Amino acid sequence: MNLQQIIDQLNLTVLTETRDFTTIQPEGGYTSDLLSCVMAGAKSNYLWITLQAHLNIVAVAALLEIAAIIITEDAQPDATAIAKANEQGVILLSTPKPTYEIDGKLWEMGIQIQK
Amino acid sequence: MSPTSPLTRTPTAQETRGRRDRSITDKDANAINRVEELSYDLKIHEVMTRQMKIASPEMPLANVLEILRINHISGVPVVKDSELIGILSLEDIVRAMQKNELSAPVSQYMTRKIITVASYDSIVSAIQKFSDSRLGRLPVLDENNKLVGMITKGDITRGILVALQKDYKEEEVRRYRASHLFEDIVSDRTTLVLRYNIKAHDFTHGGNASSHIKRALLRLGADPQTARRCGIAVYEAEINLIIHSTNGGILKLEVESHRITMSTTDDGPGIENIEQVLQPGYSTATEQVREMGFGAGMGLVNIKRCVDKMDIESTVGKGTKLTMRIYVPTENLNGRKDD
Repeated sequence: MNLQQIIDQLNLTVLTETRDFTTIQPEGGYTSDLLSCVMAGAKSNYLWITLQAHLNIVAVAALLEIAAIIITEDAQPDATAIAKANEQGVILLSTPKPTYEIDGKLWEMGIQIQK
Repeated sequence: MSPTSPLTRTPTAQETRGRRDRSITDKDANAINRVEELSYDLKIHEVMTRQMKIASPEMPLANVLEILRINHISGVPVVKDSELIGILSLEDIVRAMQKNELSAPVSQYMTRKIITVASYDSIVSAIQKFSDSRLGRLPVLDENNKLVGMITKGDITRGILVALQKDYKEEEVRRYRASHLFEDIVSDRTTLVLRYNIKAHDFTHGGNASSHIKRALLRLGADPQTARRCGIAVYEAEINLIIHSTNGGILKLEVESHRITMSTTDDGPGIENIEQVLQPGYSTATEQVREMGFGAGMGLVNIKRCVDKMDIESTVGKGTKLTMRIYVPTENLNGRKDD
């Protein structure tokens, strides 16, 4: 399952610059709004699902090489955050749906955690 | 493109079986260029167009003509009950126009003899079919013979260009590595020191120093895992300065060929009970900071997990010094031990 298919199936809005999302194949996901938990729990090439939309999520995602951040419940990052994400190559996606629903759908789509 | 280019000429039967299946002599290997290699390495599903326009057999030709015009394409697959039954190209429409039959259904003019390619095949098999058939687009089927996309010569060219660009970028990164620094500069012990001034409560720039440090380590030739561990540790330390320090502090990175030492120093407020701050979940962060997702009480726990050695010295009213150390596996950085 590549990122383009995930964007299409979950009807996500791409907030950062578009690029070829078909080459990105997320290998799992992590959900938390606490940055240190994400630091500990998210692996590289994971999706990160969060309500947080402020600038600092970009730094965390860049360090961890997160495949994309899915920002839920229509939380909106400001222009500075989006510019920073573009500069660091972090993909920001947005949805009006709550985190729980997005997690459930991703799991159903096969984005699960490799044991 | 020359007539003998791998993109336009028909591969020999031997080539079609795949270069991987035969033994390649040194002479052969020299003759194979990167583009040729890519045409075997890249799979059709990696370059094909997934979002495609399709036509149904009942659709009037005039409607399809409109689809072709709007999307600037020259043909569409014809699908019935999710099965591929034909291809309708501009040429078919021209035939219908000559007879003034643009209202005829697609099924009447479509080409039923379809040449398809498999999504899991190398693009070389599509290249061969393009040159054999002189067709401009081919439907792509998956392992269950379901239509999953279309491939054109343009897709192949683009796919190869993207792959070449990636190659080029990797090559550039490799050349840019500063790892030779340790080899070029001779001393009994070489240390590279990077200092960053971290301002208190400056969340806007939170993580900048860590991201610069991670990049610097990669440039110095650290393996990605080591750079990642340093990145996480130093991020947590940087954020701690931003959240807790009275006047900010200094983040210092010392790189030696065999170890990386990171430290933060500040001049207050100092930690009252070090045992307590090391407890997972313990945090003194304000409500406002917590709302931003900080203050989980996991910062120092994360640092401890990432580094080989962590040490905190603190005096209330004076300040805190946090030292973190990671030993670099041999054959990393410059692969030479200095002491």
